[in-house]
Amino acid sequence: MIDVKDLHKSFGDTEVLKGINEHVNRGEKVVVIGPSGSGKSTFLRCLNLLETPTSGEIIFDGVSMTDPKTDINKMRQKMGMVFQHFNLFNNLNIMDNMTLAPVRTKLMTKAQAQEEAIMLLKRVGLEDKAYAYPAQLSGGQKQRIAIVRGLAMHPEVMLFDEPTSALDPEMVGEVLEVMRKLADDGMTMVVVTHEMGFAREVANRVLFMDAGEVIEQGTPEEIFGNPQNPRTQSFLSKVL
Amino acid sequence: MEQLYTQWKPILSSGGDLSFWQEFFVKFYQAFIEGDRWLQYIKGVGTTLYVTAMALILGVILGVIVAVVRTAHDQQRPGHHNPILGVINAIFKVYVTVIRGTPMMVQLLIMGFVIFASSKNFSLVGGLTLGINSGAYVSEIIRGGLMAVDGGQMEAGRSLGMNYADTMRFVVIPQAIKAILPALGNEFIVLLKDTSLISVIGGKELLYAARGVVSRTYEAMYPFLGTAFIYLVLVMAFTWLLGKLERRLRQSDRR
Repeated sequence: MIDVKDLHKSFGDTEVLKGINEHVNRGEKVVVIGPSGSGKSTFLRCLNLLETPTSGEIIFDGVSMTDPKTDINKMRQKMGMVFQHFNLFNNLNIMDNMTLAPVRTKLMTKAQAQEEAIMLLKRVGLEDKAYAYPAQLSGGQKQRIAIVRGLAMHPEVMLFDEPTSALDPEMVGEVLEVMRKLADDGMTMVVVTHEMGFAREVANRVLFMDAGEVIEQGTPEEIFGNPQNPRTQSFLSKVL
Repeated sequence: MEQLYTQWKPILSSGGDLSFWQEFFVKFYQAFIEGDRWLQYIKGVGTTLYVTAMALILGVILGVIVAVVRTAHDQQRPGHHNPILGVINAIFKVYVTVIRGTPMMVQLLIMGFVIFASSKNFSLVGGLTLGINSGAYVSEIIRGGLMAVDGGQMEAGRSLGMNYADTMRFVVIPQAIKAILPALGNEFIVLLKDTSLISVIGGKELLYAARGVVSRTYEAMYPFLGTAFIYLVLVMAFTWLLGKLERRLRQSDRR
């Protein structure tokens, strides 16, 4: 579904990604872990071209994302993204947050989008917040809405960029719960996270990144139970 | 009233003895009421408001366009530079530099006596000049506002598949406007008061009316103090309106 070929990314003189080759299959849940500064977020942001790769290619659904002729807006409609800081539109209420993109991209009429939004809000138990503004919500509520805002576009894959890192500990659970349900429904997911419990439980495959490279990968059992690379071992010994 | 005026006026002009209130009455009457002079002030205020409104609208339109183009130019993805955008950006930079680098009075004189020398519609020329002038300042204020909106807002819009223009229009610009409203208010107040400058090219606004009265009566204090008072009232009304707008826009900040 997503093919990453020899992906390089530099910011100025610092090379953040040093040649990544990966493949994400439909329905797969890939969790990316690693120390901060290892390039995991940059890797994720390259997938929907929020960061422009310095070189290499990303192919999504058989279409090259990195080709300048590709309509990047069309491609991004099929890739939802959830951010560490939620990034709900602060000037719009929740309903407008959820319907703006489907309506403006002509995916749905306003009425369809609103109906869909109510349905999605019910799914995360926040239908009573439809006309609240983001500033009135807790972090956990904001992130749950950010997730369903992405789902309103009917994406084929969801990208999560440290979705629980900015949350109070007591709110992490409610967000992970939504993500777990999403995984059970068969959504393809790429998740950058420090939640090792979530990775162990939900991932089909865990990637360990360090210094711009994927050092080791495998099933959660292999990575957490029997890590081979010394850097993986030392990282896991610190976080587990 | 008129009787009192005709009775006291000769006493005052012949250097006779009048009480403070009698003198005040005579001068006030002469400055504002005699010969229905207040009508001239009202007409002057009308022109002032007309010129201000025109300049304000023109300034905001110009300011938004310049600010959005310059921000869009600066935010292009590396390696995706649009040459047309580059040219327009360069033109706008020259515009801002020239307008900010020359005095308003000089701009008015050039527009009134060089570029539109044959035009008799002084209010229109004045409004146009003030609008073009204001646009340069407003564009920098808006640009500051656009840059201050958290980059995550644009990223969220783009990650949902919306294009740059839609994300700007529905998400970033509304938030920027809210943040810069106090600074914009400043600019608009300066604009309102700067309309007094168009009298140098013959614009018949409030100060022009006051000067007309002064030259007729040889009495400067009351017409000018009155003018100052009217400007003050106008600015206070304007400030009140802005405050209302600000409270409305703050709706999304409710907690």
